[in-house]
Amino acid sequence: MSEKDYLPGAQVPDARGYFGAYGGRFIPEALVAAVEQVAEEYEKAKADPAFAAELDALLKDYTGRPSPLTDVHRFSAEAGGARVLLKREDLNHTGSHKINNVLGQALLTRRMGKTRIIAETGAGQHGVATATACALFGFDCTIYMGEVDTERQALNVARMRMLGAEVVAVTSGSRTLKDAINEAFRDWVANVDNTHYLFGTVAGPHPFPMMVRDFHRVIGVEAREQVIERTGKLPDAVVACVGGGSNAMGIFHEFIPDAGVRLIGCEAAGEGVETPRHAATLTKGEPGVLHGARSYVLQDEDGQTIESHSISAGLDYPGIGPEHAWLKDTGRAEYRPVTDDQAMQALRLLSRTEGIIPAIESAHALAGALELGRELGPEATILVSLSGRGDKDMHTAAQYFGLYDDKGGK
Amino acid sequence: MTVASKLSETLAAAKAEGRAALIGYLPAGFPSVEGGIKAVRALIDGGCDIVEVGLPHSDPVLDGPTIQTADDIALRGGVKIKDVLRTVREVASATDAPVLVMTYWNPVDRYGTARFAADLAAAGGAGCILPDLPVEESEEWRKAAGEHGLDTVFVVAPSSKDPRLAEVTAAGTGFVYAAAVMGVTGSRAQVGTLAEDLVTRTRATTDLPVCVGLGVSTADQAAQVAGFADGVIVGSAFVQRILDAAGDEEAALAAVRTLAGELAAGVRRR
Repeated sequence: MSEKDYLPGAQVPDARGYFGAYGGRFIPEALVAAVEQVAEEYEKAKADPAFAAELDALLKDYTGRPSPLTDVHRFSAEAGGARVLLKREDLNHTGSHKINNVLGQALLTRRMGKTRIIAETGAGQHGVATATACALFGFDCTIYMGEVDTERQALNVARMRMLGAEVVAVTSGSRTLKDAINEAFRDWVANVDNTHYLFGTVAGPHPFPMMVRDFHRVIGVEAREQVIERTGKLPDAVVACVGGGSNAMGIFHEFIPDAGVRLIGCEAAGEGVETPRHAATLTKGEPGVLHGARSYVLQDEDGQTIESHSISAGLDYPGIGPEHAWLKDTGRAEYRPVTDDQAMQALRLLSRTEGIIPAIESAHALAGALELGRELGPEATILVSLSGRGDKDMHTAAQYFGLYDDKGGK
Repeated sequence: MTVASKLSETLAAAKAEGRAALIGYLPAGFPSVEGGIKAVRALIDGGCDIVEVGLPHSDPVLDGPTIQTADDIALRGGVKIKDVLRTVREVASATDAPVLVMTYWNPVDRYGTARFAADLAAAGGAGCILPDLPVEESEEWRKAAGEHGLDTVFVVAPSSKDPRLAEVTAAGTGFVYAAAVMGVTGSRAQVGTLAEDLVTRTRATTDLPVCVGLGVSTADQAAQVAGFADGVIVGSAFVQRILDAAGDEEAALAAVRTLAGELAAGVRRR
């Protein structure tokens, strides 16, 4: 892939939903009509100024966009002196970037005349955002969440239920995000007449990887302008965490044509990529098909999915969006593993140097920025996607650092 | 295909008898590899004309709790693709019934499309049903299958619109798998009205036999479906019989044979 192919106007994905060798639509026949309806309605909505106007108004008046760009001077001192700028998606209504995509798809659901929304959630951020939109629009809402995740993200379960959603704890397989997606697909096949599956990341069958990316593009569009305004130039690197990869695609996309800007995705390395307990799909996975698209998958030699592990529920996923697979293979983006411990140390560091408690997911990006800053030195500017806030993770953090003890966390 | 496949011949023979064919499904490796081979043979002994051997998968998104449980038991028992192929070989070499493999796409993709087709054909397999491989993504597989004389059975659903049915049936061989309901595998109290309408609409697009599956579990349901379809496909009900036997292999095999016998009588009911 030559550099010019990344310039604006490059048409990815193609008509069949492929980013290079990745993407496509590997779905049962029962879902073909519904997925085609989503694709057709999305194309119509894109061409409809009223759709854009309504979404823009929601993003501004309901979500609180544009989200700020924050200089973090004390944190930067720990990052080799490089200037670190945080794109504050944690300040969006509901506490993460997820609301951007959810509001877009909620409007689409209404256009399609459907009255019920289902979604999967890992950390609960997508589930909370979806339950929020369903309350706002008056849709019935069912959220599938792995049983392991309902325990480690109990606060978000309570939030979803407060918002009126039914939360189903999924007990099959690894009882995490992968299995929540399986269960949501099973629901969708049975209820597709009145139900939209509001997929929460840039994976799944076409058009979801493209559409979810498009709804999150606003992150990078705003950030690019804000960084130039603040610093007078483009950043040297853009860093984001990747599980399925939605916040990363959102912040990367606008920078893809800027060949001088490094795009760096931080994968969850769990207890280390040399152990079996990680979720580093691009580092350790192989091309395969999972959840409706071809991409990298953590799998064995028989094509069985390998269970992932991460302290972060939102990154604990053995797949990855197909556009990331394409960006990796073409070399346009780099993907680095970040361990549980590196992420937790970064979480505490940002809390104590800047008064910002990030989500454990986002802390993976912060750990990546610390490492990158030390490599690049004080002349560098690093833009980091702070994709969510850490309230939901306080129980995990309290256990990790011993915060429930009198002298905890010292 | 210019030469009628074993699968086509079997379906034609049932039609010549004025009845629908009975197609039974069980996953390989369930409850064990050896036990699974015996169980699939019991399907045939009991009266199934055709069998589908499932390739257990870690992420069976189209399966309900019954087959999920069986897949889980099989995978925890360590079943591999080579065991699935051995199951096909042992059944195909011991009986005349066509043996199909039912599998999600990723295991085939990972094993290698051409390699899987070659090894399945060498094991005596008749073809594949690939429920998450839509026609648009199937070209490479169909080419490999064609080269090895394997049939490719596509699934159609009540949600498939007529132009779509024509596209799907044009790509398939052997028979068309009509999903009786919108949903995952598993027994249901009633077959419902969607199936007959789908069979009628499917027949308008193809000369292939149309077989109905999903939710069929009893002789009465088999008889009802046999009234409008060329074949009746039963899976979860067999799996449930084996689960109910709770590890008693002889009881499990007897229950599978008994149910197959009842269903075989069902498809012959006038």
